[in-house]
Amino acid sequence: MKKDKLIISKKNFSSRLIVGTGKYKNMQECAKAINLSGAEIVTVAVRRVNITDKKKPLLMDYIDPKKITYLPNTAGCFTSKEALRTLRLAREIGGWKLVKLEVLGDKKNLFPEMIETLKSTEVLTKEGFKVMVYCNDDPLMAKRLENAGACAIMPLAAPIGSGLGIINEINIKIIRKQTKLPLIIDAGLGQASDAAIAMELGCDGVLVNTAIAKAKKPFQMALAFKNAVIAGRQSYLSGRIKKTLYGNPSSPKSGII
Amino acid sequence: MKKKIKIKLNGKSIAINYYSTLFNIVQKNKIPLTKVAIELNQEIVDKKKIKSINLKNNDKIEIVHFIGGG
Repeated sequence: MKKDKLIISKKNFSSRLIVGTGKYKNMQECAKAINLSGAEIVTVAVRRVNITDKKKPLLMDYIDPKKITYLPNTAGCFTSKEALRTLRLAREIGGWKLVKLEVLGDKKNLFPEMIETLKSTEVLTKEGFKVMVYCNDDPLMAKRLENAGACAIMPLAAPIGSGLGIINEINIKIIRKQTKLPLIIDAGLGQASDAAIAMELGCDGVLVNTAIAKAKKPFQMALAFKNAVIAGRQSYLSGRIKKTLYGNPSSPKSGII
Repeated sequence: MKKKIKIKLNGKSIAINYYSTLFNIVQKNKIPLTKVAIELNQEIVDKKKIKSINLKNNDKIEIVHFIGGG
């Protein structure tokens, strides 16, 4: 297991859990949860600097970008134009080329707008970005994103923040079979076992934010997700037994008294 | 009295001295340059050149950084 690394755009990561940095009570809670989760990659948003309140804590003062990989995200963008603008700014902040593209299409269900997402992937790839793409769980669209140059496919398990877990395991399995790119479940996980299931389906990693940040005990949940991802990965690599309709005794049938 | 011009900084209208540079704005607002990106009228600005960028009336400046997000 020691050599089992998550490789994204030629960069190696030991942890297969990526966590979001939003929705925490404060920066201290966020930083501690990330530490407990063991995550080496965190998603971050690009927003206006607060000009009037300069005492507001800065993310970079709590999470060191030299130790943890910042993955700028276009959360809140509803058009390709907005997403491109956001990621170009993100690159300018500190030279980040590895980014997460997320173009939403509907304010209620927060499903990705896949036409705009595909267009943005093409443009960003040409500009030298390494684009991890949030998408729906459609194998055909996943293929098109791969052809457009995505460096990781990130299908949703369920709507963002819904906590429903993986709704369509079949599609995730199909996407797994068709791509060698890192496949990372992004959005919709609710509890640690959801992450274990994702890993057992053969996903390379999971991205979790709300399920940890909004749990009653975020630190304990961060640890639970860490363990679930490790357990799920080990289970996947171990090769599970075949399912059978009838029972098969665990003790020898011979020598019964 | 010095002549003033009006600009927008992160969506907020402010009056600044005529002949102000982008660097003056950054300095005045104590912006940590290494942690931000700057746009002037929707064009990304090279942070090394802000001392030579003079601001005009109605210029729109956006200064962004990373915050917590999913």
